[in-house]
Amino acid sequence: MGSFADSVASALQLVLGADARLLHIVTLSLAVSGSACLAAALIGIPGGAALATFRFPGQRVLLLVVHTLLALPSVVVGLVVYLMLSRAGPLGAWGILFTPTAMVIAQTILVLPVVAALTRQLVADALHGNGEQLRSMGATPMSTALLLLVHERASLATLLLTAFGRAVSEVGAVMIVGGNIDGVTRVMTTAIALETSKGDLPLALGLGLVLLGVVGLINLAIAVLRRSPRPAARRA
Amino acid sequence: MNTPLVELQDCAVRFGDTQALAPLRLQLRRGECVALVGSNGSGKTTLLRLLHGQLQSHTTQGRRQAAPGMAQAMVYQRPFVLRLSVWRNLMVALWLAGVPRPQRAERALQALQRVGLAAQRDRAGRALSVGQQQRLALARAWAVRPQLLFLDEPTASLDPAARREVEALIGEFAGEGMTVVISTHNLGQAKRLAQRVLCLDGGQVVADLPVARFFEGPLPEAAARFVKGELP
Amino acid sequence: MKLSSASKLAVLGLLLGALLCPALAQERFIVMASTTSTEQSGLFGHLLPAFKAASGIEVRVVAQGTGQALDMGRRGDADVLFVHDQAAEEKFVADGWGLKRSPVMYNDFVLIGPKADPAGVKGSDIVAAMAKLAAGRFEFISRGDRSGTHAAELRFWKAAGIDTPAGSVPGYKECGCGMGPALNIAASANAYVLADRGTWLSFRNRADLGVLVEGDKRLFNQYGVIVVNPAKHPHVKKEQAQAFADWVLSPAGQAAIASYRIGGEQLFFPNARP
Repeated sequence: MGSFADSVASALQLVLGADARLLHIVTLSLAVSGSACLAAALIGIPGGAALATFRFPGQRVLLLVVHTLLALPSVVVGLVVYLMLSRAGPLGAWGILFTPTAMVIAQTILVLPVVAALTRQLVADALHGNGEQLRSMGATPMSTALLLLVHERASLATLLLTAFGRAVSEVGAVMIVGGNIDGVTRVMTTAIALETSKGDLPLALGLGLVLLGVVGLINLAIAVLRRSPRPAARRA
Repeated sequence: MNTPLVELQDCAVRFGDTQALAPLRLQLRRGECVALVGSNGSGKTTLLRLLHGQLQSHTTQGRRQAAPGMAQAMVYQRPFVLRLSVWRNLMVALWLAGVPRPQRAERALQALQRVGLAAQRDRAGRALSVGQQQRLALARAWAVRPQLLFLDEPTASLDPAARREVEALIGEFAGEGMTVVISTHNLGQAKRLAQRVLCLDGGQVVADLPVARFFEGPLPEAAARFVKGELP
Repeated sequence: MKLSSASKLAVLGLLLGALLCPALAQERFIVMASTTSTEQSGLFGHLLPAFKAASGIEVRVVAQGTGQALDMGRRGDADVLFVHDQAAEEKFVADGWGLKRSPVMYNDFVLIGPKADPAGVKGSDIVAAMAKLAAGRFEFISRGDRSGTHAAELRFWKAAGIDTPAGSVPGYKECGCGMGPALNIAASANAYVLADRGTWLSFRNRADLGVLVEGDKRLFNQYGVIVVNPAKHPHVKKEQAQAFADWVLSPAGQAAIASYRIGGEQLFFPNARP
């Protein structure tokens, strides 16, 4: 396992060296995946909640589709988005292929089913047995959805962390629509893929450790933030 | 002036193959306090929901007529308290009931004072004891100023002390002129609170009598069986 | 809860800012489709900053196999191509997708294999080597990805009398991957593989492999630069792409190519026609 020791050494060197390129790669990873999760949350959380509280024709089919899309391979999403954004494709005029914007779009598509399906399950579970009480108080499907989302906000946070994990760890979609362009669209995962293919395995693993470390720090920050304003939370 | 608050005509309910409620007619008068008694599965909760209007009759000719513009509220055996403060829970109830924003704070405060929870207003709703949560549910109901209050086994999950507190509040609400319908399998509670007792068995109303008359007897056979079973 | 939401949003805002920065600095750039072997050799890290200093134009490299790079040109997703498969490049221009193909530089291919060399191919005759590899069960890793290297490899098999190595050579394995991954597989399988010298020189995971065949004139690997035809794709940044092509063919560009070294060794040899 000498190569593992090399990787840890690599990781430390990278972090301590505060390499400007590494910093850019890390911030870009966080920005792309963070934006994708935000976009997916804005669509998927209300969408998932509505799927649980409203009744409409075709609902079961839609749910089936959402659940199937949970298994979308990231490389397939990348390919489809690439074909859409390519100059030869329908949205080529937008000219956003090989930019971070394209990467955000691809990751949003990837992560949206996760957010929607899990939100739906969350709200449906909360609805079970309690939906009637809310209805008796005068709640509509819309207000029920809203109230249950607030009620289950702690679980929603975990849900979003899950979605973020899925986004920040994927390489297939961002590689294809981003092109892994040095200084422009290179993110942690594509950088790791590149170093692996160049045979520099310790460096690749080192970058992997840096990625895990950064995500770990984010989780720590969130945990600390959630713990501190406890009295405020009570008042909420 | 003597028009019934709620009138059910030829209403019946089926769940799959089971007849939960046989066709019946029923009138609720203003200011009444009615207890629905019967064993589990006798149809008490179904009748309650039918009277409230959240359940529709499954017969084509079944109708529910209610006095226009009547406000009503329902309290359940296990109240659903949101993961918010006591205060916020109340504000949500007022919002759902369509109370205009400027009036909400005052009504919420009055309701909390009415049930004795004003000091708990900033605590997390779910941190309250079960008895306190049920009083919160009563506050939520009282805040919307219902003419008609339904309660589905409201004290079945409470210890005796909490039960007494909740019963006292219900009695006070009834005394203030609220029409109350309470389903219970606690005959003592029916005796303490109600003026009129409906006994159900297997989806049928087997007795509909003033409370004194109900407890003196003699009762129709099915009702008598129930009462015997309930008494020690 | 409200407090932490606000600070979370603030952090998100900062990150989004980081996201937008590159997008804002996008005034002068072109997209160049090139090959993984060229990128992984590190040449672009050396060459492109020099071009940017001279012209102010940023070159964004998307590296894939030559086949995919040409496809990118056909789709109009690149402004200029920098690849190494002369026949395919000439067809690209003949079909009207590119303006003109100009030779830029060459390097050479080398046959890599286990230092023990069980097939006995060591020497300077690539065709003889391929024939020996076909004669017995020797592990050979092919990129199988329509790259310039793959095209060259197939030419050598053909010259040795084997039209489709996939069926006829016993130890033949196709990975459909880039040069680096192919070398990784060869390293762990102790197999033979055809590689360009540039990637080999910068490859770190050599295990027990070494250069076995080199110096054969047929191992000469010519690179060409092509500007994508704006007649087919009007949005192509023709002036800037042409500026790059002109520069890389100019004495300044050619000198920059020649000055790129790994461990003191020159990788690419400029050979633009004046």
